[in-house]
Amino acid sequence: MASGVMPRRTALGALLRPVVLWGMPGAIVLVVAILAGVAIGETPLPFSMVAAVIANNLWGAGYDVNLIDAGIIWSYRLPRTLVAAACGAGLALSGVVLQALVRNALADPYLLGVSAGASTGAVAVTILGLGGGMIGISGGAFAGAVLAFVLVAALARAAGGGSAQLVLAGVAGSQLFNAITSFLIAKSANAEQARGIMFWLLGNLSGVRWPDVWLAVPMAGSGFLVCLMFVRSMDAFSFGASAAASLGVSVRQVQVMLIGMATLMTATMVSLVGSIGFVGLVIPHAMRFVVGPRHARLIPASALAGAIFLIAADVVSRVLIPGQVIPIGVVTALVGAPGFALILIYNRRRL
Amino acid sequence: MRLSATSLGWTAGARQIVSDVTVDIAPGETFGLIGPNGSGKSTLLRLMAGLVPRGKGSVMLNNDPLAKLPRQEVARRIAFVEQQVETSDALSVRDVVELGRTPWLSALAPFGMSDAEIVRDALDAVGMADRMAQGWSTLSGGERQRVQIARALAQRPRVLLLDEPTNHLDIHHQLALLRLISRLPVTVILALHDLNQAMDCDRLGVMEGGHLIACGPPAKVLTPERLATIFRVRATTLRDPADNATLFRFHCLEE
Repeated sequence: MASGVMPRRTALGALLRPVVLWGMPGAIVLVVAILAGVAIGETPLPFSMVAAVIANNLWGAGYDVNLIDAGIIWSYRLPRTLVAAACGAGLALSGVVLQALVRNALADPYLLGVSAGASTGAVAVTILGLGGGMIGISGGAFAGAVLAFVLVAALARAAGGGSAQLVLAGVAGSQLFNAITSFLIAKSANAEQARGIMFWLLGNLSGVRWPDVWLAVPMAGSGFLVCLMFVRSMDAFSFGASAAASLGVSVRQVQVMLIGMATLMTATMVSLVGSIGFVGLVIPHAMRFVVGPRHARLIPASALAGAIFLIAADVVSRVLIPGQVIPIGVVTALVGAPGFALILIYNRRRL
Repeated sequence: MRLSATSLGWTAGARQIVSDVTVDIAPGETFGLIGPNGSGKSTLLRLMAGLVPRGKGSVMLNNDPLAKLPRQEVARRIAFVEQQVETSDALSVRDVVELGRTPWLSALAPFGMSDAEIVRDALDAVGMADRMAQGWSTLSGGERQRVQIARALAQRPRVLLLDEPTNHLDIHHQLALLRLISRLPVTVILALHDLNQAMDCDRLGVMEGGHLIACGPPAKVLTPERLATIFRVRATTLRDPADNATLFRFHCLEE
């Protein structure tokens, strides 16, 4: 056994070392990505001006900047970029959690009916006028997402509670809610409403303002912390739930905590920006190739990669066709699928 | 560590897989479970490890009821090696064995030098120390078995439960494993098929149809009548002139 004097220092060192070694560079990369996301756009703005506007607003630095440019940066591009980063990180984390606990490579944040429920909720609010204008499209989507998840979880539990049951219950729930959405659109939506819903379903960041930031960023941040607390438990699921139990993991407790957290995160993101696909499914797989399957690395790497990926996708969606914004969900798949194909081919020997 | 099981039972649908098994296993004892296929050996082991939801009966570890202990505390005392486990993750041998340290680690007690040493010792014990960096998916069945046993050793348990650990192993590693187990200062309960290997246990329990029908020293338990009725073989005893050990040669009994 180790002597009694050393462990305190070594334990603290073992805790701090990865934070300094990986956390700091990761944070720097994230900040650079956010600045780049703000600077690049239809009207390119220099980095120095972006920094000046942020300094003005954060601690009243008093730099002299063009008011219109300052408005674009502070009220439009910065919140949008921050929400993109939070959504990317949140969706990627949800993907890692579900893939780890459900033991299924196809698991993504929308596996448990969250996105289908959100779309039904959004449609119910916009077309049926549910809530009488008291709750917006986001509120409706969030309620729908949570309702769908609760139904799926209850069904999975009634069916025995295994991970196969969870996946199948998720399929059933998603189909049901997608059908309700389609039914409502076909029955009562006019062309304009249908187009609006379609656009929302594919993901749309153009309506994002500061209040959304105060929802998305703390959500992603707390989700990240919860995931970090459970990295060893997620590792222990490598050989299945029973092996995790024999390694001392309180399986039921961890599942409820992590899946609940992932769902809450996904529901929040979907209700703010629509159901952006691809990020939650593919970023975790891509990061597994880069940093390996251990969650102590996979969790931070996926959060960072998801954030950067969605910032980049948002930039592309703004600048690809001048004067027109492409739904970000289209960009994530258009850019992401070929990128993932390259990773798959490059790593074929490791599989 | 003493493990006492009282009237353990488990039912799958209408089928009684294990019924009313009571057994007391002394600290440091090597206890072999034998019985034909489907006699309930694996389920009994899982019940003893506290891994079966809604199992009947109770297990005591020394003076603590297993059901009352937190999962982490159980995993510090009991390690379990299942017959076959699979993963789709691209884990290395070292990753798998490091999983054995899970019950000893927390956010404030991260993986440290002493843990790395325990992992290396465990891999040494099963002769896989030079394969640390190799991928789990590239291992053969026997190598996987040995890595899982190393994982269980890395848990530093006081009770080791092994479900047919010699399966898939070549003869050298079968004997090496049994020797390793007999030298460990822990309580070992293992399911076995090879009755000659079972002879080396301190005590044997015979399972049939979910019941523990006999329990005692190997020579007392493995009587010709029992071999005929339970295992449906006729055994002739031979004596090895090298060390005077008794061993069986089996002949199939027709229905």
